[in-house]
Order: sequence, then structure tokens, then C-alpha cells
Amino acid sequence: MIVVVSFLVLLMLVAAVAASVFRDLISAVIAAALVSLIASILFYLLQAPDVAMAEAAIGAALTAAIFIIAIRRTKRYEE
Amino acid sequence: MRRAVAILLLIIVALGISISLEKIPFGTLKTKVGKYYINEGREETGAVNIVTAVVVNYRGFDTLGEVTVLFIAAIGLGAVLRAGVGEGTKKTESASLVLYTGCRLLFPLILVFGTYIFIHGHLTPGGGFQGGAIIASGFLLIYLGCRERRISRTASNLAESLGGMVFVLIGLLGLVFGSYFLLNFLPKGTANTLFSAGIIPIIYVAIGFKVGSELASIIDNLIEESQ
Repeated sequence: MIVVVSFLVLLMLVAAVAASVFRDLISAVIAAALVSLIASILFYLLQAPDVAMAEAAIGAALTAAIFIIAIRRTKRYEE
Repeated sequence: MRRAVAILLLIIVALGISISLEKIPFGTLKTKVGKYYINEGREETGAVNIVTAVVVNYRGFDTLGEVTVLFIAAIGLGAVLRAGVGEGTKKTESASLVLYTGCRLLFPLILVFGTYIFIHGHLTPGGGFQGGAIIASGFLLIYLGCRERRISRTASNLAESLGGMVFVLIGLLGLVFGSYFLLNFLPKGTANTLFSAGIIPIIYVAIGFKVGSELASIIDNLIEESQ
């Protein structure tokens, strides 16, 4: 259990750093969605399934989609 | 010089926060109300899922405010994005066969799953917000896969207004039948069955419709704008 949780937290940290480092904004959005997805798994492991559901649906799916729509209207690469 | 001042200020702020947080015991019960909800919530509200009992019954007024915030956000987005956009039909290239078939197969299942989540909000984890978000993600799939399809704005506005109206009306009925807004005036029924917990399932179904149609219309506005 503790191994799984530490692995997930580590992965989440890597994804969070990647989201801020990536020059390609689409990749950054995918990394941010990964942060949300892992956060929802962690919420589930911490016995908060209600929050996990909201986080997975809103954080991982809808927010990423809205960001991608916005990026399509602007530029894909950060300067 | 400026950097040194900034670092000094940061250290002072960090010290202040750590000193004030040090006084608070970590992981122990600070208020009695949480314990009360866990012990008495099931008896009082009839909802097996304590989170739902708190969200809809004990803190129902906060939930109404939350729904209102989402409503205002959706209205504002619609007002800003729809201002200059005509209703003309635009040519869009169709999605690939895999995406098209996949979304046609998956959409009804996602819809049923979201509906299940918000109808069973008082029995299993989840509720109006979660179910509504899942339904909206199903509509997102439709927008990606079957681009010629559009949800009817009239239907989505109708679902949104009806959801909000049902919520407020049930709250006002509490004033009529009893003493306060959002009183649980319906019979509680036997716990752990679908028709139990009084007004909680009705309110959660209303919230599910409202949140689902609001989030779907946000996506609709953004996608229309971006084409």
C-alpha cells in the first residue's frame, strides 16, 4: 500500500514538474491532466470516492478538453 | 538588494505560517459537528452516504450557492463567447471511423452511468455534481466524434432552468411544510433503498440535470467559438 502510494505521489510530482517545463502546450495539458488523474486515484485510496469521481471527471477530462480547445485558438508552442 | 528583501520577506511569512500552524493539533478532532454527522446523519436524513447527507441536507444552502456560482459562470461564458458568433452552419471535417463508431457506442453507456451516479447519490459515492460532470464528458465525446451533431440549445436551457427551479422550489416547500428552507419534509423511508432519504434524491437529480447541461453548454460554446 505505502509503496503504491509513494510511487503515485512520485509520478504526480514528475507530471507536475513536466507540466510547467514543457514548451509544447498540448503536452503540458496532458501532463496536468495526469496530475489530476493521479490525484483522483489518491483520493480513492484515501477513502474519498466522492471527491475522486469529481476530480476524475472535471480535472482530468473536462479541464483538459477546455485547455486544448483554447490552445487550438492560439499558439501551440511557448516562446 | 531587492532579491534579498524578497527572500527575507518570504522567510518571515514562512515563519509566521509555521508558528500559527504549530498550535493546531494535527489529525485530531477539532469540532464536535463532524462526529455528530457521522453518528446521527444516517438516522436523521435517511441517506446512507454521509457525504450526500452533509452536502444536500445539512449544508444544502451552501450547495445552492455552489450551483449558482456554476450557473453564473456558464451564463458569463455564453454571453462573452456567443456575442459575435452567428448561428450559421459551418463545414467541419468528419472524425475518423474509429472515433465515430467508438463515440456512438460509448455515448449511451456514459449517459446511463452518469444518470446512475446521480440517482444513487444517497446510496453510493457520487451525486449530482459527479454525475453531471460525467454526462458532460459524454457530450464532449459526441462533439469530438460526431461533429455534425449538436445538442439542442433549447433542451439544454430547459434542463438547466428546470433543475434550478426544482431545487429552489423544494427548498421553499420546506418553508411551507415546516420551519426552515430546505427542510427534509418527505418521509425518510427505509434506509439503503432507492426511494429513501426524502428530498435528497430529488435535489440530486435536479443538480445532476443542471450541472450536466451547464457543463455541456460550456463545451458547446467553446467548440462553436473555436471552429
